[in-house]
Amino acid sequence: MTDALARLGRFSLDWLRALGHSAFFFVDLLRFSPAALRRFHLVLAQVHAIGNRSLVIIAASGLAVGFVLALQMYYALVTYGAAESLGLIVNLALVRELGPVVTALLFAGRAGTSLTAEIGLMKAGEQLAAMELMAIDPRARVLAPRFIGGIVSMPILALVFSTVGILGAYVVAVLLIGVDAGNFWSIMQDRVDVWRDLGNGIVKSAVFGVICTFVALYQGYETEATPEGVAHATTRTVVIASLGVLGMDFILTALMFSTP
Amino acid sequence: MPEDPTLIEIDRVSFGYDASRTILNDVSLRFARGKVTAILGGSGCGKTTLLRLIAGVYPATQGQVVFDGERVDTANREQLYRLRRRLGMLFQFGALFTDLTVFDNVAFPLREHSKLPESMIRDIVLMKLNAVGLRGAAPLRISQVSGGMARRIALARAIALDPELIMYDEPFAGLDPISMGVAANLIRKLNDTTGATSLIVSHDVLECFLICDYAYLLSSQGRVVAHGRPDELRASTHPEVRQFIGGEPDGPVRFHYPAPPLAEDLGLHA
Repeated sequence: MTDALARLGRFSLDWLRALGHSAFFFVDLLRFSPAALRRFHLVLAQVHAIGNRSLVIIAASGLAVGFVLALQMYYALVTYGAAESLGLIVNLALVRELGPVVTALLFAGRAGTSLTAEIGLMKAGEQLAAMELMAIDPRARVLAPRFIGGIVSMPILALVFSTVGILGAYVVAVLLIGVDAGNFWSIMQDRVDVWRDLGNGIVKSAVFGVICTFVALYQGYETEATPEGVAHATTRTVVIASLGVLGMDFILTALMFSTP
Repeated sequence: MPEDPTLIEIDRVSFGYDASRTILNDVSLRFARGKVTAILGGSGCGKTTLLRLIAGVYPATQGQVVFDGERVDTANREQLYRLRRRLGMLFQFGALFTDLTVFDNVAFPLREHSKLPESMIRDIVLMKLNAVGLRGAAPLRISQVSGGMARRIALARAIALDPELIMYDEPFAGLDPISMGVAANLIRKLNDTTGATSLIVSHDVLECFLICDYAYLLSSQGRVVAHGRPDELRASTHPEVRQFIGGEPDGPVRFHYPAPPLAEDLGLHA
């Protein structure tokens, strides 16, 4: 009983220590971000590296989700004679939810793991230590540009996902099933609000960008500098970032779309 | 202790990464300005740790580290960064930035710490690479160079800003005999032409004795066993110095990590 209590206490203390440590790390990233923005070419290189590398998987997934969404929604709506709402439902589902969330989950798996491994291997190869000894703070030179790059990339990728998804839905609904094309587009134009739907979707994906990039960088920077350490850190990145995105999605949805 | 003017003074320093194991045990060393000083000792005796204490990566548990009259062990981050701009360090495995080319690696500290135009940076980088014999390798990626070349590129990067102090962590480890001789000559030549102070951490006694002005020998318990000019150490009758210089398996330094008798571990009983 005493042992169990001691273990629980140790676990709680370790957890609290890690939480405090990560909070300080987050504040450091914010602190170094303005300086990174002033050297915008570093951020741009990261947007290119992070965004470009994720583009194919994001576009392919968006297309597949658009196909399936159109098919499933059509069968559900046609039963009630509401097939003309297909365009609206597909659009709202993608722009408000699936675009930001699925993009973030794919981002955590694709770019997040890549960031963690890159930073972890830089640490293992003493590259970060070398930078420190050159009087260059790696948090400012290496981490902050990646942090901003991730936050900028995520909404762009989410928009790509939603756009390709809507095009995929168009292919299935209009070209294959025969839903009226004018109806498909006009109901979107009429009922989708740029600020409420699209704007909130972009805000959501920017928040997910903060979560995924922060988790990936923290795990990489704090990893044990061994092959096993880097392997564990990349796994933790996917698990923690994905859970963080799903949890935050519920909170943001409740805040953003609580009124009809 | 060397009689020339002192650049770095380590005064009764003790250090351990945790409370259970002391790496450096009450060591006092002085490094003369403009000279090449070697810190010799077996693996794990705290040589690299000593370099990191000088650079302020870790604060000493006890004692003080003084660089050109300034305390390192009590310096804040800003003071440390100011101090580190005056030093260059060659890491054991180079620690080159693998996402950059050879040229960009050497240009990195110049671009970060100076506002020099790119044309001038190019000239400086090519001169530094020429000094280590690798000007032709400038456009190569780090994955395309050998271990010995990586070490020389790291040296070019370490001297890019013409530091007052250059610290070499095991510069001869893993090099073939030709590269080792070239590296040793290069260190001496760089020291003499730039007027910098050089610290070499190594266990290659013969190579170090050829180029250093003064040497310290650390024991596996993190103490200074002996120090002096290479000829003085060669003539030393101290058993640990004799064992280390001669590379003898038997002597005060034990080859085996403390363990129970082999027969006991294998379960063999008389």
